[in-house]
Amino acid sequence: MTDANPSFESADQITDRHTDGDARTRLRRRYAAEFRFKIMGAAAVAVAALFLVGLLSTIVGQAIPAFRANFLQLSVDLSPGNIDPADAKRADYDKIVRTALLAMFPHVTSRQERRAVRGLVSTGSGNLLRRAVASDASILGGTLEYSVPVDDFVDLYLKGLLAERSQYAQLDSTATPSATNGSASLTLDGPALYQLVRSSGHGQTSEDGSIRLTSGEPSYLLEINGGVAKLQEISAEVASVDIYRPLQSAVASGGMQVRVIEAPEAERKISDREIVWIDRLKDDGLIQNHWNTIFFSGGASREPELAGIWGAVVGSTLTMLVTLVLSFPVGVSAAIYLEEFAPKNRWTRLIEVNINNLAAVPSIVFGLLGLAVFLNWFALPRSAPLVGGMVLALMTLPTIIIASRAAIRAVPPSIREAALGIGASKVQTVFHHVLPLAMPGILTGTIIGMAQALGETAPLLMIGMVAFIVDIPGGFTDAATVLPVQVFMWADFPEPGFQQKTAAAILILLGFLVMMNALAVFLRKRFERRW
Amino acid sequence: MLYLVLAIIALAIAAFFVGQHRAMSIVDGAVSQLHSRPGQHGLFLALVSAGPALLALLAWGGFGPSIETALIKSQFAAELSELSIPQVEAFVRDARAIAFGGIVAFSDATKEAAAKAYQAVHSTGTIAVAILAVLIAITGFVFGYRRITAPFRARHIVERAVKWFLILCSLIAILTTLGIVLSLVFESIRFFQKVPVFSFLFGIHWSPQSAFEGAGAEASSVNALAFGAVPLFAGTFLITVLAMLVAAPIGLMSAIYLSDYASSRVRAVAKPMLEILAGVPTVVYGFFAALTVAPFFRRLGDGFGLDVASESALAAGIVMGIMIIPFVSSLSDDVINSVPQSLRDGSYALGATKSETIRRVILPAALPGIVSALMLAISRAIGETMIVVMAAGLAANLTINPLEAVTTVTVQIVTLLVGDQEFDSAKTLAAFALGLVLFCVTLAMNVAALRVVQKYREQYD
Repeated sequence: MTDANPSFESADQITDRHTDGDARTRLRRRYAAEFRFKIMGAAAVAVAALFLVGLLSTIVGQAIPAFRANFLQLSVDLSPGNIDPADAKRADYDKIVRTALLAMFPHVTSRQERRAVRGLVSTGSGNLLRRAVASDASILGGTLEYSVPVDDFVDLYLKGLLAERSQYAQLDSTATPSATNGSASLTLDGPALYQLVRSSGHGQTSEDGSIRLTSGEPSYLLEINGGVAKLQEISAEVASVDIYRPLQSAVASGGMQVRVIEAPEAERKISDREIVWIDRLKDDGLIQNHWNTIFFSGGASREPELAGIWGAVVGSTLTMLVTLVLSFPVGVSAAIYLEEFAPKNRWTRLIEVNINNLAAVPSIVFGLLGLAVFLNWFALPRSAPLVGGMVLALMTLPTIIIASRAAIRAVPPSIREAALGIGASKVQTVFHHVLPLAMPGILTGTIIGMAQALGETAPLLMIGMVAFIVDIPGGFTDAATVLPVQVFMWADFPEPGFQQKTAAAILILLGFLVMMNALAVFLRKRFERRW
Repeated sequence: MLYLVLAIIALAIAAFFVGQHRAMSIVDGAVSQLHSRPGQHGLFLALVSAGPALLALLAWGGFGPSIETALIKSQFAAELSELSIPQVEAFVRDARAIAFGGIVAFSDATKEAAAKAYQAVHSTGTIAVAILAVLIAITGFVFGYRRITAPFRARHIVERAVKWFLILCSLIAILTTLGIVLSLVFESIRFFQKVPVFSFLFGIHWSPQSAFEGAGAEASSVNALAFGAVPLFAGTFLITVLAMLVAAPIGLMSAIYLSDYASSRVRAVAKPMLEILAGVPTVVYGFFAALTVAPFFRRLGDGFGLDVASESALAAGIVMGIMIIPFVSSLSDDVINSVPQSLRDGSYALGATKSETIRRVILPAALPGIVSALMLAISRAIGETMIVVMAAGLAANLTINPLEAVTTVTVQIVTLLVGDQEFDSAKTLAAFALGLVLFCVTLAMNVAALRVVQKYREQYD
């Protein structure tokens, strides 16, 4: 072992392999690796947090607008001429709404425009009015100020989600209109407007220098003489316009305001004419923005402005009731048997393995089970909360059993021995002493299982809870839908108004989940005992 | 029927108090002379009066419909004799629908007659069973009331009944598994009679819309080509791989960071955050994927001049990965924490840095658990439905390009089964065959995950 001995040479030549330059480099490299590793870990947590923030902020941002809605106040004529008080149900409420609406736009004459006016409010307005009359007949017999929901695209515009990018310019030049309504020409005293259009590069310039603005170009809305006109074609002296809001006079204006809507008319769901009309109604104070009661009290609908969440909330409640009533007693009983009574043999091993495996079976397979067994074998009704609850109960059963077993196991044996010692039977021991002590843990597990079931969608699609159901379900065998399925259905609808409704429905679903989990945490913190 | 059940339950409650009172009055309030407590006598009486009656109702609920159907079939045997089996099934289904409300495909005089007969049989049966149940309940009550005496061992009977109830409840788990397996296998066999197993498992064309209805040589030759599930398996595989590429590193690294590096304050924030991520319903992730992530990748692809499908596998896979992160991290966290402190201390004592300890000592020790966690995560990803239904496509492309749209097993199950369906067409049965494959694969992954832990786990204590 002589070659292992350090060789003694001159003192300044002594190099220690733990302190020399190489060692320092190595050490630096190791610390750098250490730092990189730590940063990677922190980055992983940060990325997860980023995902969560992105998810929640997207949904909250989308959902906020859906909680409020715009309503248009109409003076509807409910006099006996329109509605026979003896038979109020049969009256043509759509016509009453239509008449009231058209009365606000006396200048509208052409058929196409009248249809556009009718499209400003929801198609279900007549039905809402009918229901209002049915619930309170005393409003009949005169003129009533009644608020109806506006059409979904109008609503989106009012919330600033359609055609939101506008630019305004104030021009001093005067213009003299040739008419106060319909198509007209403006005689301009200066080239300011022409230059504005020209400098922005919009429109097609013809050989004589005039610019034509088609529907594929940004829109120019001119506010003159208390009215609004849309620019169609302009040259340095003359502009031809369509007047959407009648002018108060045809004299020369003292300056004008120009509003440029950047999104071309052809590419948005709301026309310039409608924008002008809505702005007018808003200026007149006829459009009110308030809490969206329809969303919180209505059932499903194909029209975004009429679609509500209440049907799904009721459906979810009924389904969860069935799930709770079935899975809680069965789950707790199974846990009691396995923990307290079962002998340790092959059979109980089999049951345990089974329960653990069931917990990992994909939820959609439970849906297939429900379809094959509950619907086709037992011929139970499709789309019913009863069947949905049964399927979800089977799905949550493993969660409840596993949590209950853990809670029962946590009760110390001394409790059992004391009870048995004073003469209680095994059943009495379990039900009078062990179960009450394990109850907080069992309830916590049950609530968490129910929260999972509340968010579950896939198995319910299999048993037909995806059907389009307008009515609020009234019982366990009525056709119904539940919150997550409603989210799924709304997410599929093409109307942009449903996007906000979907996000709002998600927010409500998440609200329920947060409440349930908070309750579970509270139970755990308040009642759980450490032995 | 519901009122009958409620009435019987009311009877049971009444019987409890009657029994309790009877037991007390037998011994003139001297409870110590009774063998069992008065409450146990009450329970005994409630049990014998309501139990058999409820069992009878349950049996009728389970077997009633099939008995009714059998009766109808025998009544209309002459009309049904020349129909094939699926036609008979359709006839019975339509008759039921006419009788009890539902959607009817075609109605004719025979079906109307059958529906009338159905209603008659149903109402007669219901009334008969109701009378029977009431009789059983009353007999049970009288019988039980007479049995109550001071030395009567009510406690033993009640406790045995309770125990049997507990056993029954724990058997429900087995029954569920059995129900899943039987219904999947049974329907799959019917599917494989129409489409050969081989062409289902190894065919590379999936187009159930072009499938032929009915029987015959032509139908089976077309169907054999329409139900090749390989594109679905490939799509599922692709999305699962993408999901794991996101979830495995992020989940594992955050588990390591939280268990070994993070201060307790960071942990107090980060752990609930991961739990929230785990508690978000999958339909919400699906909405997020379809609304935000998919358009984002599309725009990103446009920026690079790539053509990204609006329902790309990438978006679905990545969002699914996000969903699985908390699953991976919480399982790995448990595993990493269960590595004994002595191993860490030993490694530090040799001069290793923290990351060296983790990479060279802790991860190898925790490897079986981590592998098992990853396998459970993969099985979750394979079985996940809503994200892919909302964000992945329907077109069965056989591709490994994540920028294209692919479809998965779960998406196809949903597509085939949602909406109006005929229960015995090849299309709906194909969903059950896919379900069987899904069930087998996830089960195999779970069992394998358990085996890995059992086989390779180091015992430190």
